[in-house]
Amino acid sequence: MSVDLAPPRGTSTFHLQLRRFRQNGLSMASVVVLAAIVVLCFLGPYAFPFSGEDADFDFISAPAAFIWPHLFGTDDFGRDLLVRVLEGGQVSLTIGFLGALVAGVIGVLYGAVAGYVGGRTDGFMMRLVEILYGFPYVILVILLSLLFGGGNVALFSAIVFTLWLTPAVIVRAQAQSLAQREFVQAARAGGMTGPAIVLQHIVPNCMSTVIVYGSLLVPEVILSESFLSFLGIGIKEPQASWGNLIQTGTAAMDSDLRLLLLPGGLLALVLLCLNFIADGLRDAFDPNDR
Amino acid sequence: MTLLEARNLGVGYKVPGASLLSGPRLLPIVHEVSFTLEPGRTLGVVGESGCGKSTLGRALLRLIAPTGGQVLWQGQDMATIPDLRRRRSEMQIIFQDPVAALDPRMTLARIVSRPLATFEPGLTRAEARARAIEALGQVGLSADFADRYPHELSGGQAQRVGIARALVGRPKLIICDEPVSALDVSIQAQVINLLMDLQERMGLALVFISHNLAVVRHISHDVMVMCLGRVVEHAPRSAFYAKALHPYSQALMQAVPEPDPRREKGRVGTALAGELPSVLSPPPGCVFASRCPKAADLCRSTRPVLREVAPDRLAACHFIEGP
Repeated sequence: MSVDLAPPRGTSTFHLQLRRFRQNGLSMASVVVLAAIVVLCFLGPYAFPFSGEDADFDFISAPAAFIWPHLFGTDDFGRDLLVRVLEGGQVSLTIGFLGALVAGVIGVLYGAVAGYVGGRTDGFMMRLVEILYGFPYVILVILLSLLFGGGNVALFSAIVFTLWLTPAVIVRAQAQSLAQREFVQAARAGGMTGPAIVLQHIVPNCMSTVIVYGSLLVPEVILSESFLSFLGIGIKEPQASWGNLIQTGTAAMDSDLRLLLLPGGLLALVLLCLNFIADGLRDAFDPNDR
Repeated sequence: MTLLEARNLGVGYKVPGASLLSGPRLLPIVHEVSFTLEPGRTLGVVGESGCGKSTLGRALLRLIAPTGGQVLWQGQDMATIPDLRRRRSEMQIIFQDPVAALDPRMTLARIVSRPLATFEPGLTRAEARARAIEALGQVGLSADFADRYPHELSGGQAQRVGIARALVGRPKLIICDEPVSALDVSIQAQVINLLMDLQERMGLALVFISHNLAVVRHISHDVMVMCLGRVVEHAPRSAFYAKALHPYSQALMQAVPEPDPRREKGRVGTALAGELPSVLSPPPGCVFASRCPKAADLCRSTRPVLREVAPDRLAACHFIEGP
């Protein structure tokens, strides 16, 4: 019987879920594409003899002729478009993943505590979340920009500040039901303290949901960075990000479409990949067919 | 010395008030429960669903704070025990749903050794693991199981792990909250015999909560019958099974199915008629009056007190003759 031959080393639910994820072709392809884009963005610029901020006055507004060194041509300051897009990708991807991570960690801890403690504390904590939900996003970003004097820190904190709310609500609901489970009561009978229970029992058991939601959070952060940079509140010239590159691209849309298509296409590709990955993760972690 | 004593223990849950503005109300679940438990003895607690058995079990360990009365642990009021958390190794609990009682993301060795981090903080990781494997061995699971996960176990194995976790801190008391009702009948006997065996070897006291009278008969020294949060009868096992005195206990006894199908077929069913009263507005009289075949006006107006009706036997009914 195969049951008796089970390996002495057990397989955790997480391993099973990971195995299921690997069987999802579209998601695995997305992982490969995304990884390629990340590597390209972070290593690609070193292959060129100039940086994205160096102007080449011999080639101003050069077309995409695929001739070395300006493969996709230059913009109207003579800066290489491809290198600028790759460097912009560094900024956008970093903010995306880091922002999702920080927002996720804050949200998960906040939600887990609220859900586990319950009662009045929970009520107070969740009302606070609802108040923050009601705060207009753009106004908040402008206020934070004033506070931090603009720049990346303001942008980053504004994004995190608004995006930790949803994971907090999701995790709180999960923690609430976990807190009633018998293994949590057993942990209390075993003398565990509240913080230890939250960190060792509640949070790990919320992870499936968090990973799925987190994979959707990354594109959300990238989009809001692009959106804010597009509005001119985010990343400022001459530093590139996909958002402000797209903004310049739209301005020159009538005469030269490639300024819009290259950063826009890359952003769309990344968002698509992340959504497919999120989809695959959701299928793999879905508690209904565990 | 008496290990565990409950004195007029009352437990309730806070529920939202009737209207938005009124404060939370207290929904009383357990009323005025008193008993004593000596080391090495088993108290069976029986009663129908919703009668407060499980709530009582959790309140005995202060997993739920009681709303009235006291629980004394070795003569000391539990509410005043300093750093109760660290003394919890002496009093453990096992649960009805064996799989839900194990964290699905931990290996069995971690689940079982986890309480040691609190109770014996000096242990190294390897020592704690060795203790966990020892505890798994005590419940009949080999060391192979140490690195498995709960979803790889059957219900009976999972319940053994739950027992191992309770044993690892070397307890004096285990509250068993319907430990076998989620298991197959064939596995039930194994788990019950395991508990009795452990009791004999380690001198454990058990509070065995169940709705299965046959199982309680097998394992208990004393039986306590609860109805709607109140104790209606408390007696030594043999006397109770020879003749239950309270009409509610008698009804429970009659509800036990007969294993022989030919006799079961001919048996006259005596299902209880009448409604279970609401917990929110308990009747002024006997808790069983609305369903009791012997109920009289006195039963509906005056609550019978739990009194000694025969040597060592307590019952709460107006119609039982005193000693």
